[in-house]
Amino acid sequence: MNLESMYQDIILDHYKHPHGRGLREPFDAESFQVNPTCGDEVTLRLKLDGETVADVSYEGQGCSISQASASVLTDLVVGKPVGEALKTMDTFVELMQGRGQVEPDEDVLEDAVAFAGVAKYPARVKCALLGWMAFKDALVKTEGATA
Amino acid sequence: MTTTTAANTPLDVAAVRADFPILSRTVRDGKPLVYLDSGATSQRPRQVLDAERKFLETSNAAVHRGAHQLAEEATDAYEYARARTAEFVGADAGELVFTKNATEGLNLVAYSMSNAATEPDPAAKRFVVGPGDEIVITAMEHHANLVPWQQLCQRTGATLRWFDLTEDFRLDLSNLDELVNERTKVVAFVHQSNVLGTINPVEPIVARAKEVGALTVLDACQSVPHLPVDFHALGVDFAVFSGHKMLAPSGIGVLYGRRELLEAMPPFLTGGSMIELVTLEHTTFAPPPQKFEAGVPMTSQAVGLGAAVDYLSAIGMDKVAEHEHLLAEAAIAGISKIEGVRLIGPSETKDRGATVSFVIDGVHPHDAGQVLDSLGIAVRVGHHCAWPLHRVCQVPATVRATFYLYNTLSEVDALVDGVREAQKFFGVGA
Repeated sequence: MNLESMYQDIILDHYKHPHGRGLREPFDAESFQVNPTCGDEVTLRLKLDGETVADVSYEGQGCSISQASASVLTDLVVGKPVGEALKTMDTFVELMQGRGQVEPDEDVLEDAVAFAGVAKYPARVKCALLGWMAFKDALVKTEGATA
Repeated sequence: MTTTTAANTPLDVAAVRADFPILSRTVRDGKPLVYLDSGATSQRPRQVLDAERKFLETSNAAVHRGAHQLAEEATDAYEYARARTAEFVGADAGELVFTKNATEGLNLVAYSMSNAATEPDPAAKRFVVGPGDEIVITAMEHHANLVPWQQLCQRTGATLRWFDLTEDFRLDLSNLDELVNERTKVVAFVHQSNVLGTINPVEPIVARAKEVGALTVLDACQSVPHLPVDFHALGVDFAVFSGHKMLAPSGIGVLYGRRELLEAMPPFLTGGSMIELVTLEHTTFAPPPQKFEAGVPMTSQAVGLGAAVDYLSAIGMDKVAEHEHLLAEAAIAGISKIEGVRLIGPSETKDRGATVSFVIDGVHPHDAGQVLDSLGIAVRVGHHCAWPLHRVCQVPATVRATFYLYNTLSEVDALVDGVREAQKFFGVGA
C-alpha cells in the first residue's frame, strides 16, 4: 500500500496549516458532528448573507483527513451561492463514496481532488465527510430558522 | 529492526502459530500480517474451525427438542461445551447461560432486574431497584458494562455512581466504603481493562459488596481469554465473557450467575425452550440455565467455544498468561522509550495484561493506525468503546495493541518500529 496515495501533500498542508479554523461570531446555525467509531469531532458554524455563504468557521479534533477536509471545505464554499456550495458537496460526496472509481472534477473540487485516494479506504471515508455533514446540517438548520 | 532479547517464553509459539491459518497470510501488498487486535476479536485455530465443521457435517440439529438421533447428538455437544466451559472458569454447568455475546449477558441481568419489579414471585424482590438505590460502576468500563446500567437507572429511578482512577491508571478504591454502601444494589466492574490493561483487585470490592448486600457483576471479557480465572474463588455473583475473544466463534457469549441467583431472578427474553408449562393464561419457567435461553440457541458456535476451551486448557492458562506478560513487558519498554509517545495505562507490569494503548504527539491515532496498517500491522484506533475513560485520561483517542498467545517478540519490535515510522511520515518525534 502506498501511504502517499492517501496522504497527499495537499492534505498534509491543510492539516498542518488549516484554513478558516476557529469559531467565529456572528453565525446563523451551528452543528456538532461526531464519528462514534473513532471519536473525531467537529463543531461548525455557518453565516449566510442572503443566498450566499458568508462564513464557515469550525473547531474540531480528529485525524488529518477529517481536519484537512474541513479546511478544504471552507475554501470551497465561503463566498459561494448556497446552491453552488451544495452542488460542490454532492460532487465531493460522490467522489468519496466511489471506492476510488470516480474521476475527480478538479474544476469543481479544486484542492478536494486530493481526497480521491482516501475513497479507496472505506474506514476513512467518514473522516473525510465529517465536516461536510456538519455544513449540510447547519444549512438545514438555517432553512428551518427562516422558514 | 530493533532487537529484543529472546525471552524464555513457556510456549512453543511457532507451533501455536501453525494452528492459525490466517496468521500466515499477507496484507497490503505482500506484508506479513502482524495481528495485534485480539482485544477486539481473536483468531481461531484449526481445532476450533474443524470442530465447528465436524459438528455441522455430522450432528447438526436444534438442541433440546426432537426425538431423533441428530437432536440427541446436537444436545449432547451443546451441553458438553457448557460443561467444559464451566470447568474452565471455576463454575458449575448449571451456572452458565449461553448468550449471543457478553453485551447480551450484561443486558440480560439489567433487564431481569427491571422485570423483577412486576414479578409476582417474592424471591424476585431482591433484584428490584428503584429511587434511592445506587448502582456503582467504574470510570474504566467498556460501554457494554456502562450503558445497560445507565439505562437501568433511567428506567427505575436509581442513581449511577462510579469509581475514579488513580494517577497510574488503576482504580481508586480509597472511597470504597463510602461509594459502596447500604443503598448500593449492584457493583459492576471490569476485571481487566480493555484499554489500560489494568487488572482490578476483585477481592476487596466483592468483600465490601457482600458487607452491604450488593450484587457484583464482573466483566471478564479481557481476563478469561488471557489468565486463569475461577469465578467461585473470586466470589462474584455474575460474570460475562465472549467466545470470539478467546479463539472461539463470534455469536456466543457466556453469562455466569451463582445458582441461587439464577433460580430467583426473573427471565429477560421469553418464548420457546425457557418454559416449564404453558397455558393460554399463564406460564411457568424451566430451571436455569434454560430459563435464560429462549428460542433455538446457537450450536456450532457453542461447539467451537468448547473446542477453544479444550485448546487453551491443553496449553495451560498459566503459560498463556506468562507468555503475554513477557510480551507486555517488551511492548511497554519499547513504546515508552520512544520520545513523544505516551503510554495510556500502568507502566508497572504487575497486575496488568498485554493491552498496550498509547498516544503519539502530533500524530492522530487514526493516522498512526493507517501507517501501521501499511506495514501489515493491525491495531485498533479510537476510543475502543470506552469513551468516558478517554475523557478521564484527557485524550480523544488512542492506538491500542493487544497481544495473545500467538504473538511474538519480533511482532513487538515491528510495532515499535512502526510507531517510529509513523512519526517520521508525519514529521514529528526525534
